[in-house]
Amino acid sequence: MHARHARYAAFFLLMFSAFTCMADKGEQLYVDNCAICHGHQGQGGVGIPLGLEAFLAQTPDEYIRRTIRVGRPGRIMPSFYRLSNQDIDAIITHIRSWRDIRAPAWNASPIKADAVKGKVLFDAHCVSCHGKDARGGKGTGLMFSRPRDLPISPPSLNNQGFLNSVSDVMLKTIITHGRQQTPMPAASQFGLSEGDVNNLVSYIRSFQKTMMTGEQIIEEPAVIMYTSAYSFDKTLENIKRAVDNNKFKLIDFSTEDKGTAANNTTEAKVYFCNYDLINDALAIDPRIGMFLPCQITVVNYNGVVQAMSINPKRLSQLFNNDELDEACQVMHDTYSKILKEATQ
Amino acid sequence: MKRLRNFLMSFVLLVIGFPAQAIITGELIMLRSAKQYDVAMENLQSAIKKQGYTITGIRQVDEGLAKSGYKSDKYRIVFFEKAGEVANLKKNYPEISPYLPLKIVIFAEANETLLVTSDPAVYIDLFPDPRLQELFRRWHQEVTGIMQNVRDSK
Repeated sequence: MHARHARYAAFFLLMFSAFTCMADKGEQLYVDNCAICHGHQGQGGVGIPLGLEAFLAQTPDEYIRRTIRVGRPGRIMPSFYRLSNQDIDAIITHIRSWRDIRAPAWNASPIKADAVKGKVLFDAHCVSCHGKDARGGKGTGLMFSRPRDLPISPPSLNNQGFLNSVSDVMLKTIITHGRQQTPMPAASQFGLSEGDVNNLVSYIRSFQKTMMTGEQIIEEPAVIMYTSAYSFDKTLENIKRAVDNNKFKLIDFSTEDKGTAANNTTEAKVYFCNYDLINDALAIDPRIGMFLPCQITVVNYNGVVQAMSINPKRLSQLFNNDELDEACQVMHDTYSKILKEATQ
Repeated sequence: MKRLRNFLMSFVLLVIGFPAQAIITGELIMLRSAKQYDVAMENLQSAIKKQGYTITGIRQVDEGLAKSGYKSDKYRIVFFEKAGEVANLKKNYPEISPYLPLKIVIFAEANETLLVTSDPAVYIDLFPDPRLQELFRRWHQEVTGIMQNVRDSK
């Protein structure tokens, strides 16, 4: 009898230790992988506020599990494909530990209704926040793209990562009840019936495609480079003029690099900015400081004068942000225009 | 008893199997510091110096934005390099110059601070010369070390 009690005690002790370890592991994994965007207590920031009561109450663990696994292609949230299933479960355990709210059950039953009618309703009631074709609100980040009292940017409902994570029943729940502590209202505020909500679910679901894995990335060169037809000094002068012609403000000129780089190599850097553009870009992604300040390097290498800049399209591939990709295309074209003007 | 033994074995394997986590997400290295901006900035500068780097400049983006009439929290870019290393590198690889010196973006988000940089290991793909690989790997280690140092600062 005593031996049996001892075994039970040992078993419960081990269970308790395992649970504690799981919680500690989850917290560490959360800090290392999630807190950066979602905040240490899920208060949100670049990422959505995971600690919201309404979020925890309406979100099955399977939704979080799938979201971590597939991410949100083009919407900053990366795919954490390197995490094991155990890691993800530990993170979910940690997120759930913030509040005493039970996760709703996962229900994968599809809702079949009229997507055409759903589109009419969507365009009438949802498009002002969620955007045309449910593409979502613009930008992210607590400080630049939305007021501090707005806890979330309207999510992109047509995102394949979202559609592969959310169930119809979860969508229906959110539309029916809204999401407290966020601007998302309940369907009843618009006088929508259960049938209307089902139609909306069908419309949103109609955006789902088969998710492609290993999306092909077009290889971009690391730098945009032009060989100049002019001398080193003349090229520098041309760049300053071209910067001004393209509505940028010259902010610095690194003369200290000139002639010090190495034998046979002379280098100068021209730094420039357009704060209107920076302000817009920060609203798209607050991490764009990685592209700043705009700079062009002029190098005289063994008698050949070259002018070059980073390739924003290449750097943008690190950010998983479609909006940023568009902005980087514009910046790529601007750099190319300045470099061409100055060297040819 | 057999069940208990199996459970014990699973438990031990679970504990041993805990992987060491870096603070790298994709090809960016990001960190959220629970500290206010000024403290986190101090920690960052100290961590950079501790890794043997010299801070070559700090761009005050927020001040530029303010002068143009935009409201912004603290937003700075810290540039750093090891004395002589970058100049030597440019001698043979001038095309790397637009990506140098290394930089870390640091900005306030309410009462916390975010730090972001590109993982120098990304340069292995950007500039695939085999002679550069070791350098980029070392930079990866050192920049990761800087960020971990900021994270662990008291």
